Formats: sequence, structure tokens, C-alpha cells
Amino acid sequence: MFPACKYTLQARRCLCSVTALQRAHSPSLFCATRWSSSSSTTPRITSHYTVYPREKDPRWEGVDMERFVDEADVVVVGAGPAGLSAAIRLKQLASEQGKELRVCVVEKASQIGAHTLSGACIEPSALQELFPDWKERGAPLHTPVTEDRFGILTEKYRIPVPILPGLPMNNHGNYIVRLGHLVSWLAEQAEELEVELYPGYAAAEVLFHEDGSVKGIATNDVGISKDGSPKDTFERGMELHAKVTIFGEGCHGHLAKQLYKHFNLRQHCEPQTYAIGLKEVWVIDEKWRPGRVEHTVGWPLDRHSYGGSFLYHLNEGEPLLALGFVVGLDYQNPYMNPFREFQRWKHHPTVLPTLEGGKRIAYGARALNEGGFQSLPKLTFPGGLLVGCSPGFMNVPKIKGTHSAMKSGMMAAETIFSKLTNENLQSETEGLCVPEYEENLKNSWVWKELYSVRNIRPSCHGLFGVYGGMVYTGIFYWILRGKEPWTLKHKGLDSDQLKPAKDCTPIEYPKPDGKISFDLLSSVALSGTNHEHDQPPHLTLKNDSIPVNNNLAIYDGPEQRFCPAGVYEYVPVETGDGMRLQINAQNCVHCKTCDIKDPSQNINWVVPEGGGGPAYNGM
Amino acid sequence: MSGRVLVGVKRVIDYAVKIRVKPDKTGVVTDGVKHSMNPFCEIAVEEAVRLREKKLMKEVIAVSCGPQQCQETIRTALAMGADRGIHVEVSGKDYENLGPLQVSKIMAALAKKEEASLVIVGKQAIDGDCNQTGQMTAALLDWPQGTFASEVSVDGDGLKVEREIDGGLESVRIKMPAVVTADLRLNEPRYATLPNIMKAKKKKIASVKPADLGVELTSRLEILAVEDPPQRQSGVKVESVQDLVTKLRDSGTL
Repeated sequence: MFPACKYTLQARRCLCSVTALQRAHSPSLFCATRWSSSSSTTPRITSHYTVYPREKDPRWEGVDMERFVDEADVVVVGAGPAGLSAAIRLKQLASEQGKELRVCVVEKASQIGAHTLSGACIEPSALQELFPDWKERGAPLHTPVTEDRFGILTEKYRIPVPILPGLPMNNHGNYIVRLGHLVSWLAEQAEELEVELYPGYAAAEVLFHEDGSVKGIATNDVGISKDGSPKDTFERGMELHAKVTIFGEGCHGHLAKQLYKHFNLRQHCEPQTYAIGLKEVWVIDEKWRPGRVEHTVGWPLDRHSYGGSFLYHLNEGEPLLALGFVVGLDYQNPYMNPFREFQRWKHHPTVLPTLEGGKRIAYGARALNEGGFQSLPKLTFPGGLLVGCSPGFMNVPKIKGTHSAMKSGMMAAETIFSKLTNENLQSETEGLCVPEYEENLKNSWVWKELYSVRNIRPSCHGLFGVYGGMVYTGIFYWILRGKEPWTLKHKGLDSDQLKPAKDCTPIEYPKPDGKISFDLLSSVALSGTNHEHDQPPHLTLKNDSIPVNNNLAIYDGPEQRFCPAGVYEYVPVETGDGMRLQINAQNCVHCKTCDIKDPSQNINWVVPEGGGGPAYNGM
Repeated sequence: MSGRVLVGVKRVIDYAVKIRVKPDKTGVVTDGVKHSMNPFCEIAVEEAVRLREKKLMKEVIAVSCGPQQCQETIRTALAMGADRGIHVEVSGKDYENLGPLQVSKIMAALAKKEEASLVIVGKQAIDGDCNQTGQMTAALLDWPQGTFASEVSVDGDGLKVEREIDGGLESVRIKMPAVVTADLRLNEPRYATLPNIMKAKKKKIASVKPADLGVELTSRLEILAVEDPPQRQSGVKVESVQDLVTKLRDSGTL
């Protein structure tokens, strides 16, 4: 069109916006493909470049898309327990053996630990292996578990269940921690070992070599406005190339989702199943019992909905309580609202007295894995591998995944290191393939542990629901240690489990009282979440008309109920009849539940500009 | 005139985070809470860098007063384009009592030491909301000031500053050396991108102590207590004007 070299960048942008204006006034000139995914009555919702490529977008003509490139030996995506353990282990080995290794970690949170959320009651086994002197180094494990309680709740009562040694949720020797603080501490240890940490920069794209192996990642572009056009502050992300890229994005990572498809890593495993965990931290008055771990199942969920609560008494000076509720995302009733189930549970006669007079100081939510052994994908591919909750090493009945995530990170580091320092290394692909990682993991305690509990979660799908699962656990796990020769299957994708709204009854939830239970928006404010408002919504829809035509029509819009941050709202259209979906992307707490549970699988969560998202402190 | 710009940046609790008052009422909880550069300081840094890019100034120096973590904030300023940084080490009780008077004394001392032609700071910090540091610095240096700037341009050997005031906009011409405080509409700050953060790691941040600058930090203010604002009472709807008058009389307002 215009001989671009003749004009300055400023002039080019002016010309582009003028032509865009001209086009806006004659919509027929827009290429039909742009508008095909939203009908004439559906307002445009998605503007992200992953759905509307910039190569075809006239507003991006002439914009410099070159990226700065840097090389490292290993790049780690995600500074969580798995990613940091991998980075730390690599540097420990490098310094032990006098080798130089450049390890870079990118993390979408503005500070490390700000997107970390977990119960958490952890087994210190992996930490002990990584830092045998963790106590002297001041790791924030201040609360050893002193008491373990388990109960089945009915609407008014609680039936105590004894926790015998040998049962998966026995917590002897474990610690209650604020995982966000543990992750910050791991980050400090990593910095001392000279790991390069870059919080505030999200990995937005996987890069590939010509031969198809992973070359590294590219961080997010900045300065794109809400409608998808470039702003004056537009700058391209940067490319970080590595010999091996470790992906530790946590549960349902968005890059991992692409890698599963690209390398067909889920060919021989079952689809991953998930739950959503909502958590609050309270400062309470008198009922504080430091070291007490309490779990319940039952009310307010029925026996066919997997889930339950946790309540941990922390011992860190102030009388702090970490409590929360987990709801399996294979629920069938589209009227289910996990946030309101959580708020409702707090009013139970055995829970309310503990919270009375207390003050809520934090709120957050995150999806977690429930698939376990059956859902483990292939872990390695040319140029990279997966660690932590991304492939999903969580031991569901034990409700612990941190120790296995850290161990997977450490094993990844050990196998990568031996490969990188092997002088006779011959690689078929430019990106290194490290299949030894998967083999070593299969021979480790992580695999054995996941194998022994593999049937407990699927056993909850039977006639007696969760109680059937408990009986199964008692017989096959406690007595037989998971050695039964069969492996039960999961039900399938969580997003396929919803029944149409007309076949289900709406659930009546009590109104929040503002003292024990709270409304959604004040909870979201407490998470400290925020995003640059002038950017394309990162909750992208493949097809803008499906939410109203499918999700709302058949399932009554379950996304307005399962999102723990109030991102999705069905509001009446401004003129005429009907509803439209409004996406309040700024509220997003990066829990990934929408990507998992959307019955149309139309929502694709992509990473927003780095630095945005929740500001959890020790969650 | 040396063409050096001194920019003050402050590390504050991020604006989206919900503040919690400490149980002992001496302040707010800051441990582990997300901090970032004060938004008005970002605008100040951006303006300083633009002046250097237009070749109107030669060097941009970013300054921050506080504990070790302030170095991250200075790094961000360096990534946005500042040439070097100065970290004035203040920690513990001194940091809790650090207010506009102490900071402006430090800025004034540094401005003289570095022979700066221009000092740019944000109009106020979002934690204290004092809106005093820029003005006090100008007074201590006996330099002219252009506060609440929404536009800054070089005019001969001085500056033309467009100020946002209650009545609208005011244009002033001030001679250099001068102090300018940045208001919201001065510019849109650029992002600190990763390649620039990596380059910033190689730029120098010098550490100094307030005593080295001859500044004494004792505060004339003593914080007695920090409390949450009182809970907002719900309003009452009235049906008629008569009702309204009765209610106002009953409450003693009329």
C-alpha cells in the first residue's frame, strides 16, 4: 500500500489509524473472515492477537515486530516450587562440579510468590533433599502439625472420622506453611546461587527450531490497546533461547496446553481432571490451636460432588487460620457455585464458632489437579520437559502436591545437567531431548506414591459417591497399600460433565452476612488482583457468539458461577432484547477454572501482560 | 548548566493491594506485600528520559531513599532509561519516620552534589499523599518550582511548565535550575521491558548514607496511632420532604 520506508514510524501509525477509521465507516470493506466468528447481533468481545492474527490486521502494518534475542543454557517457565527447585538444583550441581550454567526463570507475577496459592500442609521430604540445612537457612516452615482431624458434615452435625496411621491424610511429620512465603524463600536461595529471576515477565509464546524442537520462549508484548491495536508504548517481548526449556506453569498452564497438542503428549493417558480450591486467611481470636489440621467432607456438597474443606491453624506469631474449600470440577449441576458453597460452609455450627470475632485478611482461588497417575502425559519432548503441577503430580487423597512437584523439578535438573555436561553429547534435534527425566521419575518415590493412590479418586464415582471412595480407601489403600491389579478410569473431561440447566434444579444459596461470609466482589478486591485495563482481554473466545447461543442457552451460563473472581457476567444488551457476555478481565485471579470447565471449550486463557494478576501475600 | 536531571522515585505498596493496619496500630502491614514504583514517579522518570532523548538534557540519575528493596525500584527506573542510580540507605526506625522534610533535604543535598539542572519528582506518593517533597526541595535549594506539571518544554535557558490547577491550566516560565513535580497527564510511561531490565543490571547504583550528605533524619512528627477509617453507615431512604425535615431535626442537624 504505502511505501513504508518513506515514512517515519509515527507517520505510518497515523496513516494506519486513518485507514482504519475509513474502514470503520464502511464495514463491508473489512475482510469477511474478521467478522465471521461474531454474528451481526453479537457484540465483539475478543480482540486478542491469538484469535485475530496481526499479520492480517491492517492496524499493524508497518509496525516493527522484531524481537531482542538472548541465549541461556536452561530457561524455566514459572517460579513456583517445581520451577525454582529445578533452577536451584541446576546451579547447585554446576557449582559442585565447577561448571558454568546460565539459568533464567521467567514468572508472570510481579513478585515471586504473588501468584502462589495452596492450603498448605507439606511433606518436607523434597525440601530436605534440596536443602538438608533448610532449618538453618530459615525456611519458613514454622508450624509442625500437632493434631489431625477429619469429619463428615451433615447440615447440622459433624461425624468425626479417626485418622489412623497409614491413611493418606495422616500428617505426622508434616508442616503447615504459607506456600507463597516458602516460594519467596526459595527465590532468595535461587538468587544467592545466581539464578537469573525475572518476575513480571510472562512467557507468552513457545519458539521452535526448524526441526520442530523447542527453541525457547518469548515473553509477552506490551502496549497493545483493548481493541487490539498498537499503542505508542508498544514493545515486542523478548526471545529467550535455551538448550532445554523447563515448563513449570502450574495446574493447566497455557503453554503446556499448546505443547500437548503440538507434540501429542496426551496420546496414551486419560484427560486431566481438576478441582477448584478457594482459600481465605483469617486472623482469629480465642479458638486458635496452632498446628491443628482439620478436613471435612459432606455438607454442603452432596455425595456425588467431590470436594471438602480444609482449616489449618498456623503458628507464626499472629493467630492465623488458613481455610478453604475444594470442589471437584466434574460436577454436573450448572447452578453449582463453588464460591458460594465455600461461604455457606463457613456457617456450619462446627466451623462458625472458630471464625466468630475474627477478621478475614486474604482471599484467592486456583484450580488443582485431581487426575493423578492416570492423567500423567508424556513428560519430555525435543527441547523441553514438564515439571510440577503442570503435568500434575499431586497426590489427591493426601491433598499434597508440593513435595512431588519439587522432586520432579529436581529430577529434571539432574537429568538435564548430566546431559548438558556430557561431552559426547549427540542430539538428533537442536533442542535437547531428555527422555531420561521421565525414566528416572518412573523409578522414584513420586511414581510409586501416585501409583498407590491411583484408584482412590475414581472410586468416588460409584453409587455411594464420596463415601464409597472412603470405604475403598479403607480397604484397598490402608490395608492393601494400593497394590490391587486394576486401575479405575476417570469419567472423562470435566467440561463434558455438565447437564443441561433444564434437567437440574437451581441451588438456593444464603445471602452473605458480611462477617463470616462475604460477597464475591469484596473478596476479589482482597486478592489485590489488577491488570492494565487497556489491553485485550486475556480470556479469549474462539467464537464470540457461542457463550450466548450455547453456554447461556443450554447451561444457563455456568461461567458466571464457577469463576471465583466475577470475570464473566451475562448482562442485557443495551438496545433490544437478549443478553451478552461481559468479560471483566481485570478481575481475573489466574485460576484457570474457566478454561477447564467451559462446556463449549470456547474459552482459551492466555497470559496477560506480565505483572498483572493477584497480589497474594503468603497464600 | 550541566544538563543533569535528578529524578526521585519511591517504592510504595501497589495501588491495587488492600491495605491492612498492623494489630499494634503503629502502621500498615508491609511484609511480603506487593510493592511497586509510585505511579507519579513513573511519569517523572518518563519525562526525564524523554528530555534526554530529545537531547535537551545529558544524563538522568534516579534516586530512592529507603531499605535494600529500593534497589529494585531504581532498577526499574534504569530499565526505563535512567543512566545511573543513587540509593540513599535508610532503614529501620529511621525509615518509618522518613517524611517529606527529610527526603527533600536529601534531594537538595544530592542536587547540589551532582550539580543537577533539574529535579523532577512525582507530585505525591500514593501512600503518604503528602504532596510536599517537591515544594520543600525547591524551597531548600531556593530554586523555582513548576508543580502539577501536565506539560514541560524547554524555553531558552528556562522551562515552560503547564500546571494543572483547580481553575484549569496555568502556564509559568521558570528559570533553570528548577524543580518540577509530575502530574497524571504529563505523559504515559513506557514499559520496563525485559531486555532493558537485563541491561539495567549492568548500570551503576551508588549507595550513600544520609550522614554522608550531611542530612540529619530526626522527625518532628510522632505517629500516635494508625487506624482503619470508621465503617460507613448505611443511609436511610425517606418517602417525602416532610420525612426528611423531621429526620434532620431529630438528628440535630437542623
